[in-house]
Amino acid sequence: MKEKNIIAKKEFNLKSFFFQWEWMLVLLFVVINIINTFLSPYYLDPKKLLDATMTFLDKAFIVLPMVFVIILADIDISVASTVALSAVVMAVSYNLGVPMALAIIICLLVGTLCGFLNGLLIVKFKELSAVIVTLSTMIIYRGIAYIILEDQASGKFPAWYKFLGWGYVGGIPFILIVFAVFAVVFGLLLHKTTFGRRVYAMGNNITASRFSGIQVDKIKVIVFTLTGFMSAVTALFLTSRMGSTRPNVASGYELDVIAMVVLGGISSTGGKGKLTGAIISIFLIGFLRYGLGLKNVPAQALLIIIGLLLIFAVMIPNLKFNFKKWGKVQKTS
Amino acid sequence: MKKVLALILAVIMMVSLLAGCAAPQPASTNTETQTTTTEQKPEAKKKFAFIFKNTGNPYGEKQMDGFKTAIEELGGEAILKAPDQPTAEAQIQMIEELIAQKVDCIALTGNDPDALQPALKKAMDAGIKVLSADSAVNAQSRMVHVNQADPERIGRVEVQAVVEMIGGSGEIAVLSATSQATNQNTWIEWMKKELEDPKYKDVKLVKVAYGDDLRDKSVSETEALLKSYPNLKGIIAPTTVGIAAAGKVLTDKGLKGKVQLTGLGLPSEMAEYIESGVCPWMYLWNPIDVGYLTGYAAFALVEGKITGKVGDKFNAGKLGDKEVIADGDGTQIMLGDPFKFDAKNIGEWKSVY
Repeated sequence: MKEKNIIAKKEFNLKSFFFQWEWMLVLLFVVINIINTFLSPYYLDPKKLLDATMTFLDKAFIVLPMVFVIILADIDISVASTVALSAVVMAVSYNLGVPMALAIIICLLVGTLCGFLNGLLIVKFKELSAVIVTLSTMIIYRGIAYIILEDQASGKFPAWYKFLGWGYVGGIPFILIVFAVFAVVFGLLLHKTTFGRRVYAMGNNITASRFSGIQVDKIKVIVFTLTGFMSAVTALFLTSRMGSTRPNVASGYELDVIAMVVLGGISSTGGKGKLTGAIISIFLIGFLRYGLGLKNVPAQALLIIIGLLLIFAVMIPNLKFNFKKWGKVQKTS
Repeated sequence: MKKVLALILAVIMMVSLLAGCAAPQPASTNTETQTTTTEQKPEAKKKFAFIFKNTGNPYGEKQMDGFKTAIEELGGEAILKAPDQPTAEAQIQMIEELIAQKVDCIALTGNDPDALQPALKKAMDAGIKVLSADSAVNAQSRMVHVNQADPERIGRVEVQAVVEMIGGSGEIAVLSATSQATNQNTWIEWMKKELEDPKYKDVKLVKVAYGDDLRDKSVSETEALLKSYPNLKGIIAPTTVGIAAAGKVLTDKGLKGKVQLTGLGLPSEMAEYIESGVCPWMYLWNPIDVGYLTGYAAFALVEGKITGKVGDKFNAGKLGDKEVIADGDGTQIMLGDPFKFDAKNIGEWKSVY
């Protein structure tokens, strides 16, 4: 297993190329789009579809580093609280007279710091699992946000800040462009660098990785710090869309994000999966929600449908695993 | 067997790829052309959407019922939506969906007065009539607001009630909905103004707690209030979810008579506590009528009978004629005075709503 992922170059095999989870997702994506198109006459409108991406892409920024975290066989459930804390600190510092540009940098710093702290705690206290550490920081970060703002909202940002969440560049939502750039960067990082290969190696066998000279602690801290940073990016876009922020923003985002990653075929036992899968599943869930929303499906029914989709996603890899033997080789990038 | 299965999957994939749809595909595959377009003609019936704060709120369901009744009386199609969480994020998403559906009118009870402005402006730019009901959005984001009752009367009357119940002196607390709920915040402002009167010098408002209109959070906030303020004598809960949660906590802890409860509640949910005396009396208007009036106002906006200017008049079905009046820098339509429910009349109202 491990060897397969570490060796970058492999001979191309058409059969196995098509028997990948990512293709399953593409298929599912196509099916959902076709169903949506038939369900609602309003669905297939390119401009409206682009607009729809604006409503779900904010959390997508966290999906990218979360892929790394889950490949490491770890988990980070503090991301939503990190979003809330960095958004709240940004809003409060802006309203205390800090220039907006500086407030944005503060927001990114707070997020990065939160992530760094998670990473540090996880590598320093090895007896604690990532889920316990981030569960505690989830409560702590959210708590700090509540202490700062209590139950109030803070906002009144300058007009240009709205552009982040609502603006277009050449007819394409700005948020989509930024996401695409980040997606490419993270894709290259995971699939084209030694750093990425080491992440896979650690996810497959951390002891072996340590003995082969990989600085496992350093990599873990970097990955969690990245997650914090991207949570702050989400905070920027979410706050821009909302025009104001509250300590309870982004509640439930951690589960949405993890759901997207798992549906993307990234194995929660670590070492398996690709970034493309997670990216496809962001759009899959996003468009599914949008399509069902157009049909005015009640909110609870929507949750059930997404839940079923997840169970399906967890079940299918077992099936896939069988015919992967038949396909034998997996392409890494 | 596995081969067969794999083969079938492969065939399905190929077919769907050929059927073609603009899907983001991993690199190194050829792009497909977009061929699936199904254009159906939208129905002739005008579409009126109503977005409530969140699901699972009986008060909201009554309001949506009223809205639906009005729209159906007028021959339109009613679309009722509510997000699973009482957040502005979720409402923004629903507004986007409704804009895409090209509805004629969006009525909503806002989860945040300002956060919905960009989305609602976008809707109005698309020619959709926008009005808020019950919980207002700011004046720039709406054409008119349907107000259930004069906020000043609601705020003052609740303070007067609780002070009478606790005998004129002691600590009181407020259990509200979310900290951003416009209607509750306005009422709380008026409560504070009423409390400034020197005759309330022995009454102290110790805390405004937020139960977010979620039953479990309202219960835990009530418990927290009772723990933090052991001398607490009265709770005002100007939200139907909050008052029911507080009623349950006070009943379970056997605090009947020690801590008084009043506020705004649904008779059907509160009958038990009013009859037992945990909540001596409370107030509300008819949420069905709020929805019904919103429906008629929405229809009048779409028909062009009113534009949301002060002085506009329209007929609101069984509620008679209504007039648009000023409200801060916006305009509103008022339903009426809050109605008092006590042990005498609760019996007849609990089966109504």
